[in-house]
Amino acid sequence: MRTALIALIVAAGLASAIALQSARDRWFPEVASPVDEIYFTSGEALGRMALSYKSLLADVYWIRAVQYFGGTRLDWKNGVVPAPGSGRSSYDLLYPLLDVATTLDPSFNIAYRFGATFLAEGYPNGPGRPDQAVALLDKGFANNPRKWQYLYDKAFVYYWAVRDYRQAAHWFAEAAKVPNSPAWMPGLAAFMMGQGGDRRSSRFLWRQLRDTAEQKYVRENAEFHLQQLDVADVADRLTTLLGQYVSQTGDRPTSFEPLIRAGWLRGQPTDPDGVPFTIDPTTTRARLDRPSKYAPLPDEGMPPPPDAAPRQAPSR
Amino acid sequence: MNVATLRRIAFAVFRESVRDRVPYSLVGFALLVMGASYLIGQVTAGQDVKIIKDLGLAAMSIFGLFIAVFIGIGLVSKELERRSIYSLIAKPVRRSELILGKYAGLVFTIAVNVAVMTAVWYLVLGYMSWMETEAFKQSWEAPATDPRMLVAVYLIVIQLMLVIAIALFFSTFAEPLWAAVFTLALYVAGHFSADLKHFEVVVGDSPLRFITTGLYYLLPNMAMFDVKNAVVHAQPVPPAYVGVATAYGACYIVALVAAAVWIFGRRDFK
Repeated sequence: MRTALIALIVAAGLASAIALQSARDRWFPEVASPVDEIYFTSGEALGRMALSYKSLLADVYWIRAVQYFGGTRLDWKNGVVPAPGSGRSSYDLLYPLLDVATTLDPSFNIAYRFGATFLAEGYPNGPGRPDQAVALLDKGFANNPRKWQYLYDKAFVYYWAVRDYRQAAHWFAEAAKVPNSPAWMPGLAAFMMGQGGDRRSSRFLWRQLRDTAEQKYVRENAEFHLQQLDVADVADRLTTLLGQYVSQTGDRPTSFEPLIRAGWLRGQPTDPDGVPFTIDPTTTRARLDRPSKYAPLPDEGMPPPPDAAPRQAPSR
Repeated sequence: MNVATLRRIAFAVFRESVRDRVPYSLVGFALLVMGASYLIGQVTAGQDVKIIKDLGLAAMSIFGLFIAVFIGIGLVSKELERRSIYSLIAKPVRRSELILGKYAGLVFTIAVNVAVMTAVWYLVLGYMSWMETEAFKQSWEAPATDPRMLVAVYLIVIQLMLVIAIALFFSTFAEPLWAAVFTLALYVAGHFSADLKHFEVVVGDSPLRFITTGLYYLLPNMAMFDVKNAVVHAQPVPPAYVGVATAYGACYIVALVAAAVWIFGRRDFK
């Protein structure tokens, strides 16, 4: 009898608590904190507090960095504009998180390599901070001087994000000096010195990266950039077609409709996902805008638009 | 010293730890490692195996630490609390045998615990490795079930043996709560010994320098047993290093257990 009574009280208490929790959720919806925080920015201090669990704490910071990068990128993709000062508007916390992770575990290979890729990614797909990417890779090479991959990645950052082909060639050459670096590295440096800056060299580099990548993410990222170059080729062909149309008709179209009607095109040109190309009304160039995942298209081989802001070059 | 008596006491401690639900920690460990191996893959980018290696080693160390401290401090105090100490000292058992037997019993408990945890951990890592493609495995610094990681497990056991000796030492004269506080404090302070060594740079020629240098040599250097990061990254741990760390731990353990025997031998239970 007594046991049954206690069981009844326990069941009633739990049921009431669950009902109240549910009511609280309905009446007072939880407001997510709009601000991302990083409480410890000093990896050294955190390492002391972590006792002998630094490596595990480095994993926690790495997971936070991946989640932060992915979450921020997804927000942009979904059209959620982060509040100013929320820490998400410009990926402000990405470098500190990666810095702490690599201070706690100085051999954290993936944190250096993926981290640099994340940091160098152009805004808004990433923070567009090649300077921080280079700083992270320099730190990685200082801690692991046998890892030619960090110098290779650094060359890639200079090539892809800074468009400094001379620096890229220099760092490919430096990577080639590291013992056990691949035999194709000196060739890459020479190729970069001779061909840097055109789409052919881009394609060559991304293919090289895809074919030698150890990690799925790096391989997929290279594959994506190769697809993006293919889409850029299509945009170039459309721009050429538009130029011919303008010179023949004297008319500057703002959509592809007149070209389709005139039989120049069979239908609305789209990217592989079906997002239509548009026409820049001032330059009459074919372009891709959001929501295409390929936008903005790489601009090698094309003159920069007049209002292009200079890229942030890392200190050397 | 009667070996049969020591063995009987050690097995009694082992049986009691089983009754105290220590094996539950194994279930907790298994759930943690298996659950994490599934969840980690969802939230990180291709570092699952490295994280499970880190997590397994850290969990073994933390679970072991709590067992060592909270059972270690009760080895003597429980006998006093239950007043069973009177019947024990009335038997033809030397007080030194009692202390040594209890120490051996808890070391055996911890060793069995860590052995089972290691087996579960290797099974989970083996499964993760089996699920991956050969191409992806090429990117790993070391195989998922790298046997060299056993060096870290071995040094974790040595460290836990030292923690048990500290807990046993304090339990011979301090209340359980204080014994736990002192043991945990020494464990934490033992990780800062490198800072004590370099403290002289901060204090200069001050007499404080001698105190900090003295503390550096007196406090157990817990960081010496930490090679977790090195084995996870497949960095070599020289056998000589393992030998020095083992010898250091053994010396400290001998000193602490001897001090515990001495204090316990002088205690008046009337």
